[in-house]
Amino acid sequence: MAQAAAHDHHHDHTEHETSLKMLGFWIFLITDCILFGTLFATFVVLRTHTDGGPTGKELFEVPIFVAETFILLTSSFTSGLAVLAMNKGNRNALIGWLVITALLGLAFVGLEVNEFATLAHDGATISRSAFLSAFFTLVGTHGLHVSIGLLWMTGLIFQLLRRGITGVTKRKIMIISLYWHFLDAVWIFLFTVVYLMGVM
Amino acid sequence: MLENIKTFASTFFVTGDPMIYGADVSIVLVSLAALFVLTYFKKWGYVWREWITTVDHKKIGTMYFTAALLMLFRGGVDALLMRVQLAAPDMKLLHSEHYNEIFTTHGTIMILFMAMPFMFALFNWVVPLQIGARDVAFPFLNSVSFWLFFFGAMLFNLSFVIGGSPDAGWLSYPPLSENAFSHGPGQNFYIWGVQISGIGSLATGINFLVTILKMRAPGMKLMKMPMFTWSVLAACIIIIFAFPVLTISLALLFMDRFFGAHFFTIDGGGNPMMYVNLIWMWGHPEVYIVVLPAFGILSEVVSTFSKKSIFGYKSMVFAMMVISVVSYFTWVHHFFTMGAGADVNTFFAISTMAIAIPTGVKVFNWLFTMFRGRIEVSQPMLWVMGFIPCFVVGGATGVMLAVAPADYQYHNSYFLVAHFHQTLIGGVVFPYLAGLYYWWPKIFGFKLNDRLGKWAFWLWNIGFYVCFMPQYALGFMGMTRRLYTYGWDMGWAPLNMVSTVGAFLMGVGFLFQGWQIIHGILYAERSNATDSWGTGRSLEWSIPSPPPVYNFAVVPQVKGFDDWYLTKEEMKKPGYKAEKPQLESIHMPKNSGIPFVMGACWFLAGFGLTMETAFSWMIVPGVIGLIGVGLCMFARSFSYDTDYYIPVDEVKRTEASLGRVV
Repeated sequence: MAQAAAHDHHHDHTEHETSLKMLGFWIFLITDCILFGTLFATFVVLRTHTDGGPTGKELFEVPIFVAETFILLTSSFTSGLAVLAMNKGNRNALIGWLVITALLGLAFVGLEVNEFATLAHDGATISRSAFLSAFFTLVGTHGLHVSIGLLWMTGLIFQLLRRGITGVTKRKIMIISLYWHFLDAVWIFLFTVVYLMGVM
Repeated sequence: MLENIKTFASTFFVTGDPMIYGADVSIVLVSLAALFVLTYFKKWGYVWREWITTVDHKKIGTMYFTAALLMLFRGGVDALLMRVQLAAPDMKLLHSEHYNEIFTTHGTIMILFMAMPFMFALFNWVVPLQIGARDVAFPFLNSVSFWLFFFGAMLFNLSFVIGGSPDAGWLSYPPLSENAFSHGPGQNFYIWGVQISGIGSLATGINFLVTILKMRAPGMKLMKMPMFTWSVLAACIIIIFAFPVLTISLALLFMDRFFGAHFFTIDGGGNPMMYVNLIWMWGHPEVYIVVLPAFGILSEVVSTFSKKSIFGYKSMVFAMMVISVVSYFTWVHHFFTMGAGADVNTFFAISTMAIAIPTGVKVFNWLFTMFRGRIEVSQPMLWVMGFIPCFVVGGATGVMLAVAPADYQYHNSYFLVAHFHQTLIGGVVFPYLAGLYYWWPKIFGFKLNDRLGKWAFWLWNIGFYVCFMPQYALGFMGMTRRLYTYGWDMGWAPLNMVSTVGAFLMGVGFLFQGWQIIHGILYAERSNATDSWGTGRSLEWSIPSPPPVYNFAVVPQVKGFDDWYLTKEEMKKPGYKAEKPQLESIHMPKNSGIPFVMGACWFLAGFGLTMETAFSWMIVPGVIGLIGVGLCMFARSFSYDTDYYIPVDEVKRTEASLGRVV
C-alpha cells in the first residue's frame, strides 16, 4: 500500500517535470528565435554591402540549396514519424526513424560544408566583404545548430537502446523533435531571405 | 631557451606597472592562503559537498552575493583610482592607456559582474520562498548559470594581470574594439568573459520565468503574487528577449576579430554603427532588467515597514509590464548624434520620455503606501527613503537627456555620467541594499548591526551627492567623459576635487558594510524566528530562518495577496486552531559536480581562444575546453539518478530542531 503511494508520488513527479521542461524548452526556443532574428536583421542590412566582391546571384547554386531544403524538410517529416512511433510504443520503429532523420541531417550538413568549401575556394571567404561575413555567420549558425542536434540525437538513440521508452526518454524525444522542427522553420526563412532573394 | 621564456613571459604577463605587480603578489598570496586554510582545517570535502556541487537555490544565492560583493570592491577600487586621477589637473597617477582600461573594467564589472549577480542573489534567495516552492524549476541549470557567471567574471578579471585589460569602453564600440585599434588579447577577454556569463544570465532568465509560471503554491493566482516576484517575472521576460541580442553582438565582434569578417569594420562594407545599435538593443533593456527587481524590493520593504498593503497593486503590476515593453523602443537615445535624422530621433525621444510615466506611477504608489502608514525606520526602510529623492532627480535629468536637441549638448559629457550613476546607484544599488538588509535575517538567521548600518547609510548617501552633483555642473562646463586629464585653465579643478572626496565617502560606507557583515557573523544574536521583522506580509516569513533545505515542510495553500499577513490575522481570531499538517516525503534534486566542471571548461575554452591572438598554440586548450563543455552536456544527458526523497521522519526531526511542531 505504502509502496503504491510512493509509486504514484514518483509518477506525479515525472509528469510535473515533463511539463516544466517542455515549457522551459519552448522559452529557450523563443531566445533562439531572437538570436536568429538578430542575425537575419544583420544579414538584411549587409546583403548589398559586397564591397565590389561577388554577389549572391553569382555565388548561389540553385540545385544545391534546393536539395538542402528538400533533405531538411524530409528529415523534419521523419522526425515527426519517429514521435508517432514513440506514441504507439514501438521502440524499434522510433529508433529507425531517428536514425533516418540523423542521416538526412548529416547529408544536409555535408552539402553545406561542401558549399562553404567551394565558395572559399573561389575566393568568396568570410573576410571578402560584409555581405559574405553575414552570409557565412547566419547560415553557419544554423548549420552549427543542426550539427549539435545530430550529436544530441545520437546520444538519445543510445539512451533509447539502453532504457527503452520511459517517461523520461519520451520527454527527451519530444524536446529534440521540437528542436528539429524549429531548425526546419528557420531554414525556410534562410531559403527565402538568403538564397531565393539572393538569386533573384 | 631562456630568451624564449623571457619573450613569452613579457607577452603573457602584464608588466611594467607597480599596481599590477601588487595585484600579482596579492592574487598569489590570497590563493595560497585559501589553499592553506582549506587544507589545514580539512575543509575541501565540505566546500565541495556543501557549496561547489550544491543545487540549493539559497546557497547559490549566497555564492552570487559573495561574488557580487567582491566585484563591488574591485569595481569600487577602479572608481577611486579614476577619481584620484581626476582630482586635480595634470595628475600623473595613471597614464592614458591605463585610465582607458580602468574605466572599461569599472563599467563592465559594475553592471555585469556586480549588479547582475547581486540581482540573481536576491532572485535565488527570495523567489522560491515567496511563491511557496521548494526549489527553482531547473536546479541543475541554476547551478550551471552560477558557474558560468563565476568563470566568466574570473576570466574577465584575469585580464588585469595576464594579457592586458580591455580598453574600448564598457560596451566595446568598434572600430576601437577591432583588431586595428586593440590588437592585444584584452578585448578578447571582454568578449569571452561577458559571453560566458551572458549565457548563464540567459539561462537564469528562463529558469525563473518557468519557476514563477509553474511552481507557485496552490491558490496563488498571478494577481496574488508578491510584488518582488512580479518584478522578477518582468525582468526575466526582458532577459529572454534581450540577452540573445548580446550573444549575437559579441559573436559578430568575435567573427570580426578572429576570422577577419567585416561586420563592423570601416573597410569591406561593414558598419560600426550597426554594432552600436545592436549592443544598445540589449543594453537599454538591460538597464530595466536591473532596475525592475529594485522596484519590486522597494514595494516589499515599503509595505512591510509602513504596515500596510502596497497602494495600487494592479497599477504597480501594469506599470512594470509597460516598462518591460517600452524599454525596447528607446535604444537610439544612446546615440541621438548618430545622424539618423529628426523623425527617428523624435520617435525615440518620445518613447524615452514615456517611460517616465509608469515609473512616476510607481513612485507615487510608494509614497501613498507610506501615507498614513505606521512607518518604522528600520535599516531597509532607511535605504528606501534615501532612494526616493535620489531616483526622482535621476529620472528628471534622464528626461532632460531624452530631449534630442538638448542631448547634442550633453552627449558624452559629465552630465551624462552623473545621470546614469544617479539612476544606477540611487535606483539600483540603494534598493538592492535595502533588499539585502530586509532578507538577510531570513537567509542567515541574524540581523546586521544597526549602528554600523546607519553609518554606512549616511556615508553612502552624503558621499553620493558630494560625488555626483558637481559632475552635472562639470558637464555643463564642457568636461567630457573618458577624459584622463585636463589643464588648470579649464576651471574644473575645484568641482573635481569635491567629487573625489564624495567618492571616498562612499568607499568608506562600503567598508562599514563589510565590517557589518563580519561583525554579524561573529557577534549577532541568532534567531530562527519565522517573521524576523514582526511585520512580514508574504510567504517567506511563514517558515523558519534560515529555511531548511526543502523550504516548506508542507506546501502552503494560498488564500490571497499578502498571504502571511492574512494568516496572522486569522490566528488572532478567538477559537483559531491550526490544522494538523499532513507530511509527505519530499522530492529533492541531488547535488552535481557537472556544473562546476562545465564552468571550468568554458573558462579554459575562453582563455585559450583569448590568448590565441598572442600565441597560436593557445588554440589547443581552447578547443579542449569546448570539447569538455560538450562532454559535460553528454554526461548530464546520460545521468538518470538525479533526485532523491527526504523521508518523513527526517522532515519531522528537522522541523523539531527549528522549534516547530508538525
